[in-house]
Order: sequence, then C-alpha cells, then structure tokens
Amino acid sequence: MSVITPPVAQHRFEPAVVAAIIYREWRVFRRVWFSTAFGSLVEPIVFFIGFGFGFGALISEVAGLSYFEFMATGTIAIGILFSALFPGLINGYARRTEKHLYDGQMAAPVTVAELVAGEALWNGLRVSVVAVVTLGVAFAFGVDMGWGVVLVPVIAVVTGFGLSATGAAFAAKLRSWHGIDIIIGGIVAPMLVVAGTFFPLDGLPRWAELVGRFNPLHHCVELLRGAAFGFPGFGQTMVHVGALLLFNLIAWLAAVRLVRRALID
Amino acid sequence: MNPSPAVLLRDVVKRFGAITALDHLDLEVPRGSCFGLLGPNGAGKSTTMRLLTGQAVADSGNVEVLGHRLPDESRHARAASGVVPQIDNLDDELTVAENLEVYARLQRVPKGDRDAAVTRGLHTARLVDRADTPASELSGGMRRRLLIARGMVHGPELVLLDEPTVGLDPQIRQQLWATIAEIRAAGVTVLMSTHYIEEAERLCDEVAVMHEGRVVASGHPAELISQLVGREVLEVAGEPTVLAEVEAEARAGGLRTRRSGTTIAVLDAEHLDGQSWADGERRAPTLEDVFVVLTGEELA
Repeated sequence: MSVITPPVAQHRFEPAVVAAIIYREWRVFRRVWFSTAFGSLVEPIVFFIGFGFGFGALISEVAGLSYFEFMATGTIAIGILFSALFPGLINGYARRTEKHLYDGQMAAPVTVAELVAGEALWNGLRVSVVAVVTLGVAFAFGVDMGWGVVLVPVIAVVTGFGLSATGAAFAAKLRSWHGIDIIIGGIVAPMLVVAGTFFPLDGLPRWAELVGRFNPLHHCVELLRGAAFGFPGFGQTMVHVGALLLFNLIAWLAAVRLVRRALID
Repeated sequence: MNPSPAVLLRDVVKRFGAITALDHLDLEVPRGSCFGLLGPNGAGKSTTMRLLTGQAVADSGNVEVLGHRLPDESRHARAASGVVPQIDNLDDELTVAENLEVYARLQRVPKGDRDAAVTRGLHTARLVDRADTPASELSGGMRRRLLIARGMVHGPELVLLDEPTVGLDPQIRQQLWATIAEIRAAGVTVLMSTHYIEEAERLCDEVAVMHEGRVVASGHPAELISQLVGREVLEVAGEPTVLAEVEAEARAGGLRTRRSGTTIAVLDAEHLDGQSWADGERRAPTLEDVFVVLTGEELA
C-alpha cells in the first residue's frame, strides 16, 4: 500500500523538485497557451506599426542602426520584461495570499529556493517563446538580422529568470493588490524607459544614463542587438553578460530570502 | 519497531508579536494512533499543525516528527508525512488527476510508481470517473476528499488533518469520517485537529484538549469524561429565572453546572437524589462537557 520514496537530503537543492514545479506550470500552460501566443504576436505588431513607422518616419538612424532595427530589438526586450516580471509578481502574490498554492507546495518536501527557481525558470522558458515570436514578427516586417539571432532565446531565458525572480521578491513584500501600482510606477516604468529600448541611453541626462547602466533590461537589449546585428566586441559583450548573470544571482537570492520570510512564520 | 513517537512537542513556545499562540506546549502522539487536538478557534491547533510541517518555526522548545528534529530536518518530516490543510488549497487550474500527479512529483514518488499512486488517490477520493474534471468544478465534499487523497498520495506514515470537516454538511462529514477510518485501518498515524466534539469522540483513540496555547487535559475520550465530569448529566430546560434557581441550588450542593442557551446542565448528576428541582433529562456526559469544565468556554 505505501509508496517508498527516495531518501531526502535536507540541504541539497534538488533538480527533480524544480522539475515538478515546472511540470505544474506546463500542465496549466497546455490549456492557456493561446492567450500567451496571441499577446506575444499582437503586441509587437502594434509596437512596430506605431513606433516603427510612426517614429521611424522622424528618425532615420540610431546608434548605427535604422530606427526600425533599433526599436525592433527594443520590442523584444520589452516583451521579455512584461512576460517575466508580471507573472513573477502577480502569481507570486495570488498564490501566496488568495490561492494558498504555496502553502500546499511547502507542506511537501520542497524548499523555498527550489520553489522560486522552478517558477523563475519556467517564466524564463515561456518568455523565450515570446521573444522568438517577436523575432518572427520582426522578420515579417522585413528587419534584416544575422544568424546571431539563434542566441535570442538564450538571452530571453537568462533575463526572464532574473526578472521573474524580481517580481517574486516584490510580491513577497506586497500586503494588498494596491501595492502593485507602486511597483508599476516606480520600477517597471523606469526599467522600460531608461533602458535603451526605444531610444538610446546616451541621449538622456547624464544621471539618467548612469541609472540606465544598472538596468538589467539595458544589458538585455544590448545583447539582443549584438545577436541580431553584430556584437560590439568581446570586452563590451562580457560586461553585458556579466551584468545579467550578477542581476540573476542577486534577484534569486533576494526572492528566496523574502519569499521564505513571507511563507514561514 | 521504531521507538520515537509520531509527534513529540516539548515545552514549545510560539509567539506572533504580542500574542502567544503556543504557551509551553507538550504533546506526544504515539505511532499508529488516531489523535485528536480539540479546542475552539484560537486555541493554537493550526499553529501546532504548521509547526509540524516546518511552515512555522517555534521560538523555543523541541519539535520532533517521526524522529526528525524540526526545523533542521523538516524536509525529512515532510517527506514522510501528508498534510490535509484547513484552508482549501487545491490547484484550481489543474484537473483532479493532475492535482494528484503534481503532488506525487513534489513528494518525489518514483516515476514507475506515479501512475499507480494517482489511481489509488482517485479511488481514495472516490473521483475515478472525474479524473479529468478541473478541480474548480468539484463540489465542497469532493474537494475535501481530493485534499485527503492528495495528502496520502505518497503513502505517508503520518497524516495531519487540520479541521478536516469544517464547514461541511453533516452527511458529507459522515462520508469523510469513513475515509479517515480507512486511513487509520491501514496503520497510518492520524493527527487531527477539530472543534467538533462528535468527530473526536468517534474517530480518536486519544484526545488532547487545547486552551490558550497549551494542553489542559489529554487521554482516551471515555476516560477523560469519567474523570472530569462523572457518569451522568442532568439537563434542565426552562425560563431564565428557573435556570438561575437550578444553578444556585446545584452549586449550593457542591455540583458543577454549565449554561448553554436555554438549558442548564448539572454535572455529576448521579449524586443527585430526589431533589425537587431535579426533573430534567438525564444524559451521558460528552467531551463537550469536559471541554467546558476545563476551559470555561463553549466550543462552537
């Protein structure tokens, strides 16, 4: 009658548990994939028409690229931001407070580190699909990109992991849905704008430009541009890669710490 | 034979700010027993349950589950125990079978045993023909049965049932009692919290009465009753003035009384003989009488 489960290691990080968290997300995604696909298809089309043709008519060239090329890679980055940070934030809050999902999962032999890693990795994977769809739309609009774009899903997974963990960290501090306004206004809007997505950082006031250098989305979009149109050089590229990896580590550690505090009395 | 009890709490204190939820709590649940934690809301039952899954950490004292010290070995404890929470946390985005399968994975049931574990869970929940129904479409009783089956999916040695039948119809409650009795019969240790006296009397070998964060009495339900409230209770109904009279006379005679609504209960009524006021209904005492005597509070 009873099942024999393998022995448990108290302090080991178990990939099988992370896989179980991801499996849960996959089962749900199989039923709701259409809304994700629809959103990730329509959003870039709207941006390309609005900003690409609208602004593109006023601005001919940015940082050595046509404006359309510049904003197309920016649109991929914005898709990554929205599709990773918001699920991390909204699911993180709803599952803790309203659905009590985490209470159930934490009653099983799951650690907070595995829980956070599983959800962030899933969001990273999902976001890579969003990025690839956006890439397809860019091709359809005639943007001429090189073979380096095969790296786009990788950049998306890495950035998506960190942004999802960032969302989870903020969710752990939320006391009600109203707090989301603070995060959208205070965190998401600046991240979106001061990143070099739709216009370059070096046109901004000096202080804003400096702030932008600490924005993970800036390093993401620079890598996306490198992948699509040629990397700027090894040293500069490694700065972006290093910045993103450091961001991921900090976001994950912060999320684990804050979520643990929120879930365990 | 493993000598450690299923659950062992020694001098456990847990505070939430100014509130002391557990106040030097001692508790021992023998392996193989069905143990009831009895008490009103706020007595500390749910906090005790959360402590046993590592979801709350004691400020001081010792907590052991199946021989594992918590919180350091909470993962071992959680792997060997199952939880049926008071707050329904079924995954509404998944089907019945998926709920079981995801938990089988989280509980690290080996791949080869997973399908069998899910099938067994569907039988426990009596939801075989609803395997592919979204959990969001289940009725209250079905959800509760699925929660129990989910907690059992990995064949745990100990099951923690936190208020398993709270808020359910009497008929559904009876069905759940049958399920819990089956779990017991399979040799699984059951620790359940409840504020339904009847539930504890029917299912439990042993109960502990909790009040303000500590255990005020424990033992077999029948023993507790005979020790604390005698063999008979006289229940007198009537106008408030009549009740006040009965109360005064009984107390003058050294007997304990208990007011509830429109009646007054006189405990140890077997010692009463032919008093003029003593015409009421004689009944067997219950755990509820025990509880009121111990805490001065009504349960529900």
